[in-house]
Amino acid sequence: MRKGYLTGPALGALWLVVIATTVAITMSFSTGAAFRPQVLLCLLWGAVAGLIYVRYPERHAMARLGLTTMLGLSALTRFGPVLIGSETSLQALLVTVFAMAVVTHLSLTAILRDTPFGELTRHEFEDAVIRFCTGFGCIFFTAIVVIPFYVMVMTSLKSQQALLQNPLDFSVDLSQGSALFRSYTELFRDFNFGTYLWTSFYVSVLTVFITLAFSVPGAYAVARFRFKGQKAFSRSILLIYMVPMIVLALPIYIAFSLTGLRNSILGIVMIYPVTTIPVALYMLQGYFRGLPTEVEEAGLMDGLSRLAVIWKITLPLSLPALASVSLYVFMIAWNEFLLAFMLLDDPSKFTLTRGVTMLNSSEIPRQHLMAGAVIATVPIMALFLGLERFMTKGLTAGSVKG
Amino acid sequence: MSSATPPTGTGALAKREARLAWALLSPTVISVSLVVILPLLAIFWISFKPFTLSDLRPPAPVVRESLRGSGDDLRIEYRVRNSSQDIAVTGVTLTDVLPDGVTAGEVLAPCVLDGQDLFCDFGTLEGGYRERVRIPVTLEGDPDTFEDLIEGSEPSITGSGPSVLTNFEFSLENFARVFDGDEFWGVLWVTLFYTVFGTIGALVMGLFAALLLNKSFKGQGIIRGLYLFPYVAPVIAVAFTWVTLFDPFSGSANALLVQMGLSSEPINFFGERPLALIMVTVFEIWRYFPLSFLFILARMQSIDSSMYEAADMDGASPFQKFWLLSIPQLLGILSVLFLLRFIWTFNKFDDIFLLTGGNAGTRTLTVNVYEQAFAISNIGAGAAVAVVILMCLIAFSFVFFRFISREEGL
Repeated sequence: MRKGYLTGPALGALWLVVIATTVAITMSFSTGAAFRPQVLLCLLWGAVAGLIYVRYPERHAMARLGLTTMLGLSALTRFGPVLIGSETSLQALLVTVFAMAVVTHLSLTAILRDTPFGELTRHEFEDAVIRFCTGFGCIFFTAIVVIPFYVMVMTSLKSQQALLQNPLDFSVDLSQGSALFRSYTELFRDFNFGTYLWTSFYVSVLTVFITLAFSVPGAYAVARFRFKGQKAFSRSILLIYMVPMIVLALPIYIAFSLTGLRNSILGIVMIYPVTTIPVALYMLQGYFRGLPTEVEEAGLMDGLSRLAVIWKITLPLSLPALASVSLYVFMIAWNEFLLAFMLLDDPSKFTLTRGVTMLNSSEIPRQHLMAGAVIATVPIMALFLGLERFMTKGLTAGSVKG
Repeated sequence: MSSATPPTGTGALAKREARLAWALLSPTVISVSLVVILPLLAIFWISFKPFTLSDLRPPAPVVRESLRGSGDDLRIEYRVRNSSQDIAVTGVTLTDVLPDGVTAGEVLAPCVLDGQDLFCDFGTLEGGYRERVRIPVTLEGDPDTFEDLIEGSEPSITGSGPSVLTNFEFSLENFARVFDGDEFWGVLWVTLFYTVFGTIGALVMGLFAALLLNKSFKGQGIIRGLYLFPYVAPVIAVAFTWVTLFDPFSGSANALLVQMGLSSEPINFFGERPLALIMVTVFEIWRYFPLSFLFILARMQSIDSSMYEAADMDGASPFQKFWLLSIPQLLGILSVLFLLRFIWTFNKFDDIFLLTGGNAGTRTLTVNVYEQAFAISNIGAGAAVAVVILMCLIAFSFVFFRFISREEGL
């Protein structure tokens, strides 16, 4: 296998299948027209291309360009790597031909760079394979992450009729103007989504504050003091977040039903922090352990009490950690579904996640559900993108929580 | 001369420190034990009881008061009944104050009238039993205003039925029901499949994604953020998106498959066995690969680069470097992640519940808790399943702590 004239065609053939599939799916999703990758022809074209790219190095650019141009143009016939439906617009045709030619050329040049025609060394062979895998991985992961979110946003902008007619057609008619967002206006006007947004927001913020108020002293005690049962305590924190929520939700449901706390925001605000305190405590104690004790001891020597030391020295030093923990707790509370679903029945008290669940019925059109999903996702995404550094740190430190 | 001995026991300072530590911990300990430990004990308690959703409202006496009749034949009527059809309520008494201006006629047993205070003792009301008390009255004034006055004041009633929750009768009926038949083993198998493949899949995908990003290039931060999206987005949003995407009638995935000639007719991804189980596992992998990715990437970036330089000098090929250097370095984090994710996937409820509702052969243990407790409204059976889950978790956590004490890396 370690011969340039074998490696080149093999990688080329597989790569063209990847490219053709990608182009076909992208074009289908953006225009709604029919595109189909032809696997056998792809393998054939790709093998030829791979052979040429290995045989003729960079300076014989003519051979390479000629081939990719032919390959692109062949998409217009029945013998190209991509079969295009007959009712496709001219624009889409041109884009496909151009994309096939250019993307194939650039990517094959990159993958088969430094791959000679004859015998390959182990390094040259493995490098080529790794470049192929990297390319495939980038396309694959980006696709699986982007497609669901793309579908979510685009579906929310379509009408029910258009969706049923051609589920692939995600092209958006910009000329409708504000009518494009009618799902959103309806959600805010008829389904109280403004209230839900606000409820979710303040419930999450309250959860963050209560969690911090409980977990900061606790984490400090676990990190700094020696006392009997310290080890057992740190372990039981870990154990506690291994208890599945549904197991706890059952008795909580019973208790709340008996005490009348079900269907009240108070009950939700009481219960959310308890689910996040163990995580926050675990994250914070790890951070506190890393802080130098000398600063705190200096404070103690100068006559501060322990609590004053925590307030005036430890907390200011751990602001980044507090930010991470807050964001992480906010995310958990914002995304929480199970407790809200079980404990809230009254539509005037729904949190956002509970409100979106309500939209999942056969009487409410799909685009409303997707619009609800977008409304629930956008704030947390904005927060995430804006404060990515803290968020990533929080995710890493709080990993133990699923 | 007295010999100097080191002090034994805990000194005053250490004691003070321990006291402060517990003082700082007490809010957490109290709240967590209220919401975690207490419910866990409750689960064990309930699992031995025949407790259904309707038992949430224990049987109680109900009373309605009204003014009946007209002219000279006026009477106040109390209608007392047992809310339950088959369980007796004991110690039922009724007290009410007749408004001023109302003069009662003859009051029969079980009621007595003391001034304007009415007191009735009904003793025990059998299930489904109704009692009616009539008190003839004469009014000084307009009957309509009195009607409002009389019916506006609520009589107070006492009495309680036996609550299933608080008595000391236990039965193994719930466990018998849970373990009975093939259903349980089916559920267990689904749980294991989902957990094992979901965990391994997410780890492998995470490793692959981390390998992709383990070099510095422009826009690396953006791509890393992008890859975290599935994990950060609310589960309801992504779950419903998947349902929409794979819908057999209006789903884009099906349209794409049909158009590409891979399938002749739409596939019901979340409604067919065994495809639904595979799909929920794929969803689990998709949603949680970012987490493993984040961890593995962090570990990769902390591996000492001089090791790789030495390997380069020795002529190691890229694959050799991966298998012989990176993988051994990552083994610790991979195994910790595996254990954590295994437990968390085992505990997962939301995802499957939102995707399939536990239908089409996707019912895991956690979904079964909900199904038993709320769909079949037998809370006792749900609690019994929860106890089974807890037993599994205790077993897992033994393994976990055995391991984590060695791999304190987290």
